[in-house]
Amino acid sequence: MRLAALLIALLAAGGPPENPGERVVHVVARKFAYSPDVIQLQLGVPAIIELTSLDRDHGFSVPELGLRIDVEPGKTARVRVVPGKVGTFEFHCDVFCGSGHEEMAGRIVVSASAAMGGSGGR
Amino acid sequence: MGSRTRREFLQIAGVGGVVFASGLLEACSGSGSRPDPGPTAADDFYFVQLSDTHWGYQGPANPEATVELPRAIELVNALPQAPDFVVFTGDLTHTTDDDQERRRRMAQVRDHLARLRVRTVRLMAGEHDASLDRGAAFQEYFGALRYSFDHKGVHFVVLDNVSDPKGILGDAQIDWLSRDLKAQPKDAPIVVFTHRPLFDLKPDWDWTTADGSRAIDVLHAYPHVTVFYGHIHQEHHQQTDHIAHHAARSLMFPLPAPGSQPKRAPLPWDPAHPGKGLGVRDVDADPRQPSYKLREIPLAAET
Repeated sequence: MRLAALLIALLAAGGPPENPGERVVHVVARKFAYSPDVIQLQLGVPAIIELTSLDRDHGFSVPELGLRIDVEPGKTARVRVVPGKVGTFEFHCDVFCGSGHEEMAGRIVVSASAAMGGSGGR
Repeated sequence: MGSRTRREFLQIAGVGGVVFASGLLEACSGSGSRPDPGPTAADDFYFVQLSDTHWGYQGPANPEATVELPRAIELVNALPQAPDFVVFTGDLTHTTDDDQERRRRMAQVRDHLARLRVRTVRLMAGEHDASLDRGAAFQEYFGALRYSFDHKGVHFVVLDNVSDPKGILGDAQIDWLSRDLKAQPKDAPIVVFTHRPLFDLKPDWDWTTADGSRAIDVLHAYPHVTVFYGHIHQEHHQQTDHIAHHAARSLMFPLPAPGSQPKRAPLPWDPAHPGKGLGVRDVDADPRQPSYKLREIPLAAET
């Protein structure tokens, strides 16, 4: 089952902070890209994906994982993820944001190794 | 309608400068096939589906971006018998952040469409027309975002899954759909026009309607439902149980088959075959069956 690929807890925008010690990956959304556009996660290691928008309403949707959240200016959207499966999972903006919307996408890469290059995490 | 004469016409290569590829004609039968009816009964009719002109687009996927809409209009006007109506399943214009430019593009499309020699043109929005202003400009120029109408025994419903930028129908519209259909007999022929696919064709390419399954649930209670849509810029046919869903070609640039390449980027422009992959659709409707015979008509020779 796709939803079983990751154990996901959605935290409401502006909700409680992450558990101490959990890794946070900051992602900035703007027309028409995410930065970073590749999110590296480790199998079984919880992480918070924290999203902000620099311009207008965007979305963050990972259909294969049954995951989506709104990303709105002035708010911080947080998604807690516990990767349960190695693989690459595409994400995209699903709130139409203008000419270039169709190119606004990225991917989550879940690896079994500890390599975290380019993740934007801390 | 004089369908035999029209079919003969469609099998003739080269009409008004447009080549019909006979191999593409009668490529698909929608809700079941039917024998050639011969001289057609009065309740048969046909309509033409146009989609995804993206007027205002500028980019490498179509360096002749102002050619295709006039060419499609010439094609329709060259048909030996005018269709009962033309329906345009969204993305008449390419999006822009500039509200004045959006309206300028809509005015230009309206002026082009005025040259169609048909009695009725039914319009609906795509996300490029309506998502950034929730359909305000579209309604000024073209009218309602959702509506229904009846034509020769078929009940047509136009659904709006674009004016909410999240690409949803919303509770109010699904309630409206339920109420609208309740006025119909259970066995009524029903045709739905929408922009995005109502089903999950390719969600990670945004080829879906987030709450489309709720509309399909409503439609599922009716045995004779066919859906025509746009958005994906290619011919595509899929069933959800007894409901047939037919996507139409674009009039600006073709997109790849679902999942056939990593990204949904437009297919490259082919200078040897301008207009390749673009086209219009002709639909023969027989409300008595009911059945819909589709013909995909390319805008230009493709080989």
